[in-house]
Amino acid sequence: MARAVTTQRKLVYTIAAWSVALLIFFPVLWTILTSFKTETSAVANPPELLSADWTLENYAEVWGRTDYPRFFLNSVIISVGSTLLGLLIAIPAAWSMAFVPSNKTKDLLMWMLSTKMMPAAAVLIPMYLIFQRTGLFDTRTGLVLALMLMNLPVIIWMLYTYFKEIPGEILEAARMDGASLRDEVLYILTPMAIPGIASTMLLNIILAWNEAFWTITLTTTKAAPLSAFIASFSAPQGLFYAKLSAASTMAIAPILILGWFSQKQLVRGLTFGAVK
Amino acid sequence: MGKIVLNSVRKSFGEVDVIPGVDLTIENGEFVVFVGPSGCGKSTLLRLIAGLEDTTSGAIVIDGSDATALPPAKRGLAMVFQSYALYPHMTVRKNIMFPLKMAGMDLAEATKRADAAASVLNLTNYMERKPGQLSGGQRQRVAIGRAIVREPAAFLFDEPLSNLDAALRVNMRQEITELHQSLKTTMIYVTHDQVEAMTMADKIVVLNAGRIEQVGSPMELYNHPKNTFVAGFIGSPKMNLIEGPEAAKHGATTIGIRPEHLEVVSEGGWSGVVGLSEHLGSDTFLKVTTDAVGTINVRAGGEVMLRHGDRVNLAPQANKIHRFGADGKALA
Amino acid sequence: MATQSSRATARLMVAPSVIVLFIWMIVPLALTLWFAFRIYRLLSPDRNGWAGFSNFLWYFNSPDFWLAISNTLVLVGGVLAITIVFGVLIALLIDQPVWGQGPLRILVISPFFVMPPVAASVWENLFMHPQNGLLAAGAIGLGMQPILFLEQYPMSSVIFIVSWEWLPFATLIFLTALQSLSSEQLEAAEMDGASALSRFRYIVMPHMTRAITVVVLIQTIFLLGIFGEIFTTTQGGPGSASTTLPYMIYKQAVIAKDIGRAAAGGIIAVILANIVAFFLMRSMGKHLDT
Repeated sequence: MARAVTTQRKLVYTIAAWSVALLIFFPVLWTILTSFKTETSAVANPPELLSADWTLENYAEVWGRTDYPRFFLNSVIISVGSTLLGLLIAIPAAWSMAFVPSNKTKDLLMWMLSTKMMPAAAVLIPMYLIFQRTGLFDTRTGLVLALMLMNLPVIIWMLYTYFKEIPGEILEAARMDGASLRDEVLYILTPMAIPGIASTMLLNIILAWNEAFWTITLTTTKAAPLSAFIASFSAPQGLFYAKLSAASTMAIAPILILGWFSQKQLVRGLTFGAVK
Repeated sequence: MGKIVLNSVRKSFGEVDVIPGVDLTIENGEFVVFVGPSGCGKSTLLRLIAGLEDTTSGAIVIDGSDATALPPAKRGLAMVFQSYALYPHMTVRKNIMFPLKMAGMDLAEATKRADAAASVLNLTNYMERKPGQLSGGQRQRVAIGRAIVREPAAFLFDEPLSNLDAALRVNMRQEITELHQSLKTTMIYVTHDQVEAMTMADKIVVLNAGRIEQVGSPMELYNHPKNTFVAGFIGSPKMNLIEGPEAAKHGATTIGIRPEHLEVVSEGGWSGVVGLSEHLGSDTFLKVTTDAVGTINVRAGGEVMLRHGDRVNLAPQANKIHRFGADGKALA
Repeated sequence: MATQSSRATARLMVAPSVIVLFIWMIVPLALTLWFAFRIYRLLSPDRNGWAGFSNFLWYFNSPDFWLAISNTLVLVGGVLAITIVFGVLIALLIDQPVWGQGPLRILVISPFFVMPPVAASVWENLFMHPQNGLLAAGAIGLGMQPILFLEQYPMSSVIFIVSWEWLPFATLIFLTALQSLSSEQLEAAEMDGASALSRFRYIVMPHMTRAITVVVLIQTIFLLGIFGEIFTTTQGGPGSASTTLPYMIYKQAVIAKDIGRAAAGGIIAVILANIVAFFLMRSMGKHLDT
């Protein structure tokens, strides 16, 4: 609103907004803080902040007791791999739905999204058996495939909404200018769609990184990513809080940082193009 | 060279015939304007010529060879789109050079041609900018530049001026006309604005519901409209179409009198009351409610001192009355 | 608006996606359907054969089943209600002129990046734990008894945790929608004498319909299958108080090792999801059309 706002009013809004935001963020902050406390300090009552004993011991111990690098690497391979594979299949599909729409395009998109409505637990057994029989169980390949298929509808939907914003006339102009289909995709469509492809990629890496059903049920050790790593920490006994917090921080930190840096692109992608 | 012949070109989307069958010859070097109300099929017809839509049946012949099945790139035509369709991620230079790059022309020659086009279009100082940094008129010029570098057999324009403001529209209209005079290349121009059609065209094609109503020079259409549709569409303000006993007096179902062919007389004619008067200085437009023929528009030259509520008598110039039969067609 | 050849190319390019998704959907579904009518218990492998509808009947006769269905719907409905109401309010607040809108957005979006098992265990241990949790410490500080969140209010607690995870998504979508509302519209309404409340009711809310539709659609898809949060925190308990349909199926498969029953439950879950999807698409579809 092009209207002068008094400093006083702005101050009130700022304080209110920051209070709410900090409240929402607080659990994450508290986890990170706790991860640097000693176990005694972590469960102290009343809670300690300034008087706490700070230490890096928890990280050292989690690092020493578990094979964090392997979990981390698995997470990276599975989330990036499934996203790239998904893009490879989804880009042509989204291209054709956006630029050569038929009256069935909307239904097709809805059907694709509806495949995500099947509760994972409902098909757990068959999936488990299929993965066992085909030797995909506890392999990265298996999880890359599973998560790719799980997120494919989302990838297609997002790309579709980005592509649809590219005016068809521009592609027709390219065609009139003598561009072949290959030229059209290479010189016009891809450069124009790069921001959309990038934010689709980011969102899907995050979704895949945080997926915690198939990654836990379809792995044991070899291919287990960070979601499985944290699940093994979820039954704390005794003075275990600081280490749980350290492990939690280690599991979420990579994606949290990636998310913070790409926040702007992500938000646009998150709206599925349905909200401008 | 750019002679384009359409032989019973038909286009249907599913059950719907958008263009039931069009025959048309466009001579080399002609400036042809397709004009008609929105939804009349003029843009579709242009896109059929461009190759952006499949022709359902019939043939499109460009310079003597059948181009009906050719993809757009192979037809040797260039098109300027309504939205300009500039490539937003490329500079003006790259935009203009894109068709040459696609044709595999070497860089030096392509650069030379792009520079030449830029100087014709006053774009020389903007060559390194992106389309987003240009004004509407400049974007329009870039779109034209991208079309002329290819030296196409014909230019296709799809309502190119509709996104510009009124003053700029008049300017660009004149620039395109001058461009045509210097290039002497065939141009096909689609518009819904009959003023653009009248001022620019060598030949106007009036379309309605996918059919050609009339083809002719602007003055032919103005002086001899073949039917009531063309009569009402060409000319501004619109021709008065009058039915009833007054028309019957001339042996017609409908008679048409252009506002500029009505005269204010002291006696006789149709008597009526001025409802609205617009004084432009050079012209005065009157809306008069008459007793005999309803409300009609009058264009009186110069300053005519008539106001709302004044009573006037109007008389049509006898030799300027157009007569139409019951089927809407002009009577000989 | 295209030519024959481009339509053919288009069909070719959409085919791989359709085919893999179809296989991904139909193969497990067919297997589940097959198992649902079989006697198939891992603990007694010698007993097998056709089960008729007995696997399905077991659910309908189990008192836990209807509780699980209602828990599932309560979970979805509760999270939707909380995230939409608070999402709109927070979005309205952040949309005001404030200092540091960028960092604010980063703080608000953060819970979205936290994976469900972490979110659940952090809330369970660091906050809701009756001895060591921060909320207990707060209650004691105020001289009150610590609340046994997960024991006494298991469903509310789970709903709360899941809402925290999804609130950023809703908020950011609403914020995007708010920022696209033309200020001229609001000013016009102000000139027409609309109060702040009626501007919200007649201008802002209708503008948000689409955003709310997207939130409901996307969240429902994810919420119907919620599993990790329950698995980590309450394990469906105490008793069956927080058992949802997916968790009930999981218990049959993994704890009771009765594949036939788990599969029958799966089919019921798919039917339930379809019923929800049907109503969702019907009531929402028109808002999504462009």
